[in-house]
Amino acid sequence: MAAVAEVEVAWSAGAAVASGLGPTELIRLESITKVYGSGDGSVVALRSFSLTVDSGESVAVMGPSGSGKSTLMNILGCLDIPSSGRYWFAGQDVSRLNETELARVRNRRIGFVFQQFQLLAKLSAWRNVELPLLYRNVRNRRALALEALEQVGLSNRIDHRPSQLSGGQQQRVAIARALVTNPDLILADEPTGNLDTASSRDVLAVLRELNEQGRTIIVITHDPEVAPVARRTVHMRDGQLIDEVAA
Amino acid sequence: MSLGHTIETGLRSLLGHRLRSVLTTLGILFGVAAVIATVGIGQASSDSVTARITSLGTNLLTISAGSSVTGGVFGGAGSANTLTMADVSGLQDRQSAPDIEAVAPVTQGRASIVSSSGNWSTTVSGSTAGWLVTNSRTVGSGEFISANDAATRAQVIVLGSTTASNLGVGVGDLVLVRQIPFEVIGVLAPAGSQGFGNQDDLAVVPITTAQDELFGGSASVQRILLSATSPSTIGSAYLEADQILLQTHHVTDPSQADFTITSQTQVLSTAQAVTQTLTILLASVAAISLLVGGIGVMNIMLVSVTERTSEIGLRKALGATPGDLFRQFVIEAGTLTALGGLLGVATGLAVGYIVPRAANIAVTITPLPVVTAVGVAVAVGLVFGVYPALRAARLAPIEALRAQ
Repeated sequence: MAAVAEVEVAWSAGAAVASGLGPTELIRLESITKVYGSGDGSVVALRSFSLTVDSGESVAVMGPSGSGKSTLMNILGCLDIPSSGRYWFAGQDVSRLNETELARVRNRRIGFVFQQFQLLAKLSAWRNVELPLLYRNVRNRRALALEALEQVGLSNRIDHRPSQLSGGQQQRVAIARALVTNPDLILADEPTGNLDTASSRDVLAVLRELNEQGRTIIVITHDPEVAPVARRTVHMRDGQLIDEVAA
Repeated sequence: MSLGHTIETGLRSLLGHRLRSVLTTLGILFGVAAVIATVGIGQASSDSVTARITSLGTNLLTISAGSSVTGGVFGGAGSANTLTMADVSGLQDRQSAPDIEAVAPVTQGRASIVSSSGNWSTTVSGSTAGWLVTNSRTVGSGEFISANDAATRAQVIVLGSTTASNLGVGVGDLVLVRQIPFEVIGVLAPAGSQGFGNQDDLAVVPITTAQDELFGGSASVQRILLSATSPSTIGSAYLEADQILLQTHHVTDPSQADFTITSQTQVLSTAQAVTQTLTILLASVAAISLLVGGIGVMNIMLVSVTERTSEIGLRKALGATPGDLFRQFVIEAGTLTALGGLLGVATGLAVGYIVPRAANIAVTITPLPVVTAVGVAVAVGLVFGVYPALRAARLAPIEALRAQ
């Protein structure tokens, strides 16, 4: 626990001194380039990509497939590191962290919502929601998980397995799992990609409500129906930002 | 992630694939059980050989005739007829051999003994009164062959207790050996059977009768048994016997001696070496099956890592460090082998309990092979679990998440 406390201190110190970020700035990408492979076969997925997201914002990242939005999502989510450029997250330069350090940032700072839900089929709803807490040794995990499930309106489904839930309900369990650690950022990758219209509306409503409560949300999507969930929309093509729309 | 949760997660995933976990565990179970059972059987036979040989007395020397050489072909120890009754009387000389207590010449062969109620095939030894002393035996009923019996080529026979009961005869009855009638004059007290062979299944006749009537009319002896006056005088008894025989055989160069003297200690160490080799051989085969079980564990863990790639990706996204995943998979492999090891011990002990009762094969279970087998099983699990666990820990989270 001592090591964790040190990281926290480093973070707040970093926020104030190292980056010179304003108090509301959560994310700053500075000329991020990501290249896959090397030599002739290399693919540039992101070119000098810069973006700033304030705490409490909701941003939709839109673009056709191949535009680099998945790569952006991986970098934003600390699942991958950029080839060059800097990524400041809550005042900490996370662009050069090793795998274990990145895992800690993901666990403490970021909640993920995936297109495929990514629930573990053998675990009940609350056990799924509990998962991220297992990686940070929290005591009252069940209480926290139930609270998160209540927030997404699934208090009556806590012991159901994913297979006993509808698609929309499964995605709401996934959102509860993203919420349970009280993260700085919720990162949703095509959250309605596998859902029918009614379920999509449900899930988007939950995300909008979370944002209204003050949570920072970034949604990655190619679906124009989804973008309005965010107050700000960013369009991408060929690994670059092409224009920005504030709703 | 705390160790408790890592173990819990590992156990949950094992319980999620019950059949697979059970089959993998079986591989280790049989390996461990095989090691324990084979080492136990090897240990028991080694113990019984040792017990048998020491029961013959540590003050016993055996003189064997040298090898016959026919056209350059060595016939093996005892094939030459170099020992005679003259040697026996030479060794009995108290003057030149004060440390030799008793001498017994032996000429033996297998023969069928026929009684009025049945027949039985056994080893028939021709010997003298000294046989009883050198073999540390006692007579249960009747009497043993006397010096007079040998001198008169008496047709008398002394039977082991098993032989006597198999033939249905007692002292005073008549039996036929190779059509020749013998009177049963004594039955030996039981010496008990240990491991191979039965010391109570034998017959002894006067050596002169054996030489002349049973085994071809030659005056030679195959072996001479000597007992020293005490275990401490065995060294001097050995030297006295050697001197006497070299003289009576007119051998000047001891390396050309036409006889061999072996002590029980030599026989004992040879026998122990043989059983030890057998035990090692058996245990090696068992160890290989343990290794195969370990490879089975690795195989199943690799399948598990491949199958759960997306779960691993998800856990990484949720904050599992490479170390967390490494530990989780090593613990899964370790649990499978530890469980297999413990059940293997139970099975091995059960075999050790059942086999002696069902098949009359002695099994001696000692703690060492049990501890070693379990230790090796767990080590095997950890070693073979490391590679799959490293694979899991090194998976890139994005790639893993995409693998659906």
